[in-house]
Amino acid sequence: MNFTIEVNNKTITARKGETILEALERSGIKVPTLCHMPGLYPTGSCRMCVVEVEGKSNLITACSYPVEEWMKIRTHSPRVVNARKTNVELLLSNHPDDCLYCERNGNCELQKFAEDLNVRERRFPGKKNKYKSDPSGSSIVRDPAKCILCGRCVRTCDEVIGAVTLGFIGRGNKTIIGPPFNKQINLSSCITCGQCIMACPTGALHEKKHASDLQNALHNPDIHVVMNYSPTVSVTIGEKFGMKPGRDIHGILNAALRKTGFDRVFDTSFGADLYITELAAEMEQRLIKGETLPVFSSDCPAWVKYAEQWHPDMLPHLSSCKSPQQMLGAIISSYYTKLYHINPDNLYTVSAMPCTAKKFEAQREQMTHKGISDVDVVLTTRELAEFIRLNGIDTEQIEPELADKPFHVRSSSGKLLSVSGGVTEALIRTLHYRITGKDFSQAKIAELRNNKDYREVKIKMGDHKLGFAVVSNVKLASRLIAEIKAGRDDLHFIEVMACPGGCINGGGQPIGTDNAALKSRVKTVYETDDKDSIRYPYKNPALIGLYRDFLGEPLGSLSLELLHTTYKKREVPL
Amino acid sequence: MPDKLDEIINRHLHLQRDNLLPLLQEVQQALGYLSEESINRIGAALNLNTSKIYGVATFYDQFRFEPKGRFHIQICHGTACHIEKSARIIAETERILKIRQGQTTRDGMFSIEVVNCMGACALSPVIAINDKYYSGLQPRDIKGIIDQCKTNEV
Amino acid sequence: MPSSNLLSPDKLRDFVLLNKVSDNTPEIEKKLSLIRRDTVTKPVIFVGTGTCGMIAGAGETLQSIRNYLSEKAIDAEIVEVGCIGLCSQEPLVDIQLPGKRRISFTKITAPRVESLLDEVLNSALPDGQVLGQYPHPHLEAWEGVRMLSEMPFFRLQNRIVLSNCGIINPFSIEEYIARGGYKSLTRVLRNYSSEKVCNIIEESGLRGRGGGGFPTGKKWKTALSADADERFLICNGDESDPGAFMDRALFEGDPHKIIEGVAIAAYAINARKAYIYVRAEYTLAVDRLKKGISQATEAGLLGHNILNSGYNLTIQVREGAGAFVCGEETALISSLEGKRGTPRPKPPFPAVRGLFGKPTVVNNVETLANVPAILGNGPLWFSGTGTETSKGTKVFALAGKINNTGLVEVSMGTSLYDLIFHIAGGVREGKRIKAVQLGGPSGSCLPEQLLDVKIDYEALQEAGTIMGSGGLVVMDEDTCMVDIAMFFTDFLQRESCGKCIPCREGSRRMHEILENITRRPVSESGHETLERFKGVMQLENLAGVIRDTSLCGLGQTAPNPLISALKYFREEFEEHIFDRKCRANVCKDLRVFYIDIEKCTGCTACAKKCPTTAIIGSPRNPHFIIEDKCIGCGICYDVCKFVAVFVR
Repeated sequence: MNFTIEVNNKTITARKGETILEALERSGIKVPTLCHMPGLYPTGSCRMCVVEVEGKSNLITACSYPVEEWMKIRTHSPRVVNARKTNVELLLSNHPDDCLYCERNGNCELQKFAEDLNVRERRFPGKKNKYKSDPSGSSIVRDPAKCILCGRCVRTCDEVIGAVTLGFIGRGNKTIIGPPFNKQINLSSCITCGQCIMACPTGALHEKKHASDLQNALHNPDIHVVMNYSPTVSVTIGEKFGMKPGRDIHGILNAALRKTGFDRVFDTSFGADLYITELAAEMEQRLIKGETLPVFSSDCPAWVKYAEQWHPDMLPHLSSCKSPQQMLGAIISSYYTKLYHINPDNLYTVSAMPCTAKKFEAQREQMTHKGISDVDVVLTTRELAEFIRLNGIDTEQIEPELADKPFHVRSSSGKLLSVSGGVTEALIRTLHYRITGKDFSQAKIAELRNNKDYREVKIKMGDHKLGFAVVSNVKLASRLIAEIKAGRDDLHFIEVMACPGGCINGGGQPIGTDNAALKSRVKTVYETDDKDSIRYPYKNPALIGLYRDFLGEPLGSLSLELLHTTYKKREVPL
Repeated sequence: MPDKLDEIINRHLHLQRDNLLPLLQEVQQALGYLSEESINRIGAALNLNTSKIYGVATFYDQFRFEPKGRFHIQICHGTACHIEKSARIIAETERILKIRQGQTTRDGMFSIEVVNCMGACALSPVIAINDKYYSGLQPRDIKGIIDQCKTNEV
Repeated sequence: MPSSNLLSPDKLRDFVLLNKVSDNTPEIEKKLSLIRRDTVTKPVIFVGTGTCGMIAGAGETLQSIRNYLSEKAIDAEIVEVGCIGLCSQEPLVDIQLPGKRRISFTKITAPRVESLLDEVLNSALPDGQVLGQYPHPHLEAWEGVRMLSEMPFFRLQNRIVLSNCGIINPFSIEEYIARGGYKSLTRVLRNYSSEKVCNIIEESGLRGRGGGGFPTGKKWKTALSADADERFLICNGDESDPGAFMDRALFEGDPHKIIEGVAIAAYAINARKAYIYVRAEYTLAVDRLKKGISQATEAGLLGHNILNSGYNLTIQVREGAGAFVCGEETALISSLEGKRGTPRPKPPFPAVRGLFGKPTVVNNVETLANVPAILGNGPLWFSGTGTETSKGTKVFALAGKINNTGLVEVSMGTSLYDLIFHIAGGVREGKRIKAVQLGGPSGSCLPEQLLDVKIDYEALQEAGTIMGSGGLVVMDEDTCMVDIAMFFTDFLQRESCGKCIPCREGSRRMHEILENITRRPVSESGHETLERFKGVMQLENLAGVIRDTSLCGLGQTAPNPLISALKYFREEFEEHIFDRKCRANVCKDLRVFYIDIEKCTGCTACAKKCPTTAIIGSPRNPHFIIEDKCIGCGICYDVCKFVAVFVR
């Protein structure tokens, strides 16, 4: 039911049951919000969206108050603006004065508020809470002094992802947000997905930076530096250079990275093809031998850590395949070094990922071979963009180039891994070929290409009728595990990504992404697959060459040695 | 071997989240404080994340995360006690014991807790040591009371 | 309890269903009269063992009475009762000898027991400790002893909620029933629909006693008419206002009245489950409530199919864990759900969506304690007392610098002046009253000239304060109003839940600004002076924004104590700011201590204790305080046995 309300002396249409904020947004009136998270129940904690409603003695929050027919609202009256401004000044009164040194300088919501509300004077000097930052984590650095307690990270960790590591601790102005017992984050159940960073309005949460290590390696002539960048990064990094969302700039990226001094530049899509090939072989073997089923995907390190913490008894269900990043890393340090006569000791492998958990993954003790780690340093999309900018490269003026041999070709299946559901779609294609010997005829599997939290598809392959499920948060993974333990047996493969929507929305991506940008990114990935000439990993000539010249066959002894890994139970407070 | 904690937890196993506070209260009552281990085990039993339990426990003044002293001194700091100068009682107690409120002396003998109001405003200022009350105090009375505790202990 | 075997639970139930027991009414009536102690066969000794009594030493008193009786082999009954309200006179002991009226004695600490009992058990009276006697139509009066009801303290009260407090044994459901208890519940369950109960309460004009003053009947109706399969009633006994102890006294003195009120209210909103949320610090209250609930359940007054009405109700006691904000209803609900006690935005109101998302009514203890009497005597009886908009009575916890501290109940419309100068006996030691603090941290201080204000929701609001839950603290000229404002802002900044910005950050800045104006001038640079002034300039804007934008009542009312103090005691603030003086000598940084060389004996006690070695002097010679080194802590003042240290 629609009715009209009066806002700033003008009439706008409102719908029964919606909040004031929703009515205002539809009418193009912008009210600032801070704690508001679309789709989640309003907590009304930040008071930034307050408006004046005639007949109410106090200001009310637009995000939580249902719109009513009698309302006469003022969204920017002096009283309202003064209230917002004072509240921002109060936040600033307990905030370190180090914007220039801050991670989020120029991309900080608090800074933006202060600017928009014209805060130009420190009206409330006072004691500030002194907290030390916590650099212990492999991926995420927590700096409670900069936290303004909006609670978005806590809700993301709990309601969106389901890891439930971050929580409010204490009360009142001594409240802080942190892992249980306010311990170091590396001792906690944090799955390092980095979505809390994406949610944080300030610099209170950010990734652990590794770009400076890289700079030294690049300028050391003895060291052979190799880049291995995720197919997702090339789709999103353009946004950091002011390009429109959804533009895949892998060619430009290849060129730019070479200019910064990388000796070789590879696209991890090749690793993805390899991953799918090994995974399909493993699936087939498990189906034939009747081994542990269903299989859970293992390419999301955040999910792997979650499983090691919460479901140690389910670890045999995890695919033993390393992730594409690690697979390609392992191949680079073995096959590639052998091929080009490079001393593996002088090799320095960098990967650029849309992800913070990959930083953790690269440090796993299982991810080394003969004392050499598969990947030395992992950068996020954000760090890579900063790194390119630091090296004075103008991405607008660069001619695209191809990735380096011997991993210069990829199938579009590899590209699909960027989005949630992609692993499954790619796996179905390869597995179908392995089992039936025929190409999978369906060009796209519509059931997997939607943005629902839970997706499921049943596919017939030869004599097998196989069930595939896709979830993109660990909360739903836990629910599925409970169902499986309760006897559910129609599923054979379950793809788990920790981040909603998959890597395309990963914790290492540009901050401040809106839904429209996310949609364009996904569209680009699917369009690439729809148009690509090589759509099946088993038709990737470079991959065929790798198996022919080096690995032998999927699940062969060398594959098992280099491309597969093990998991172990983790003892952390849950 | 099941210990006291198991016994308490087992009594609450069938219960829901809304019984978390009574459970924490009972555990603290039995063990004196909430240890990390207690919280972990409560979480495992009730299928609740420790971050949530810890978050809840730290919200409320009642819960302690270190053992309290053998003599637990509660000092009332309600309005009535305040205008009867309970702030000076607090200062004096802290001075004598050389600890701050919320802390426990190193020998584990004394701990100080400042409470909002004991509801004995008519008899202010009031302190309580292990549930024994002392009312109408002056700062100079504190030393004697603490010495008394020490003597009793010996 | 000696009396608990008089009636079996079955008989109790029979009694409650009055018209069912017509054939043996005289027999039961006789027993009830016995329970009421209309006549006693042996001496009965009543000891006030509420928390206030216990703190004053009632525990030891009780023990020495027991020892006395067993040593002398005297057959007497000891009854523990709650608090009658005269906390300053505790421990109170009443004695009822066979054939004689119950008589009350004050300040009976353990050493005084023997002489008291020696005399009274021989029908003589000790000197000086007689408070008064209870009226009774048949029993013989004590000669020369005033009636309690003649004392101004009791004469001006109108005890509806407190009718049984301090008189009956709180552990005995029989005694409560013998005095007409659970009659209202019976009537409601047998004759009234839920709607009817809501109507009666609405008609009576009962308003929430927790401070807000929302019409209780209206709240109940909202919850009753909300579409849901389950509803909850919560009795809010999380009384954490510093200076308030009404709920504690009620729980301890008359738990069954609250249980009955809860049961009626739960029936009125069709709730099958009710919670009583009590502060964990109130151990006695929790204990007595739990016992009361199990007695009532045993008697069939709670539980399954109560009195064959088909209505089921369980009541659970929950202990709060020490967070002031949990007195706010949505925070209380969060806490009951086992979460952090942070408030939620309203709407949705709890009456529509509350505990576990179901319609929930949260009522204050005193509100519910009024309910049985309203149902028993009718809405018109209740609305006959009080003012146009505020009906009935209000309980106040009197504390501070008055003679009769304690608990009283007065009709709405009584003036604060009467309350303080007649009932409470005026200010102690003949000092001048400076202010009256009402409503705890959400309320404000009224100055002497406004004491004529009547106790009435609207009138108090007009005077710039709120009814509050009933804490009333009287301050005399030794109280510094800046310090009091600071005390409350400090309390609020500590108790803020931390969820919303204005309350979390604003209350602490408010406190800091006040702290700054009480800071010592010598330790201050020019920059700090500037900041101090800047702070004061911001104070009113800050207070306005906190009130305007805070999420819950705690934050919205947080500036009240400060704003009212600024309004009525502005000159005291100005003295602090401009003259750097605290006229009440409370703000310790502004105090300067001196030693009167005439009185100083040179005992060196102060010099030894001085934390900054600001006191110099040789033994047996007068000492001096070096002003620059003195931090004004006042330890020297406290330790001096010769009253030689003074403040100027």
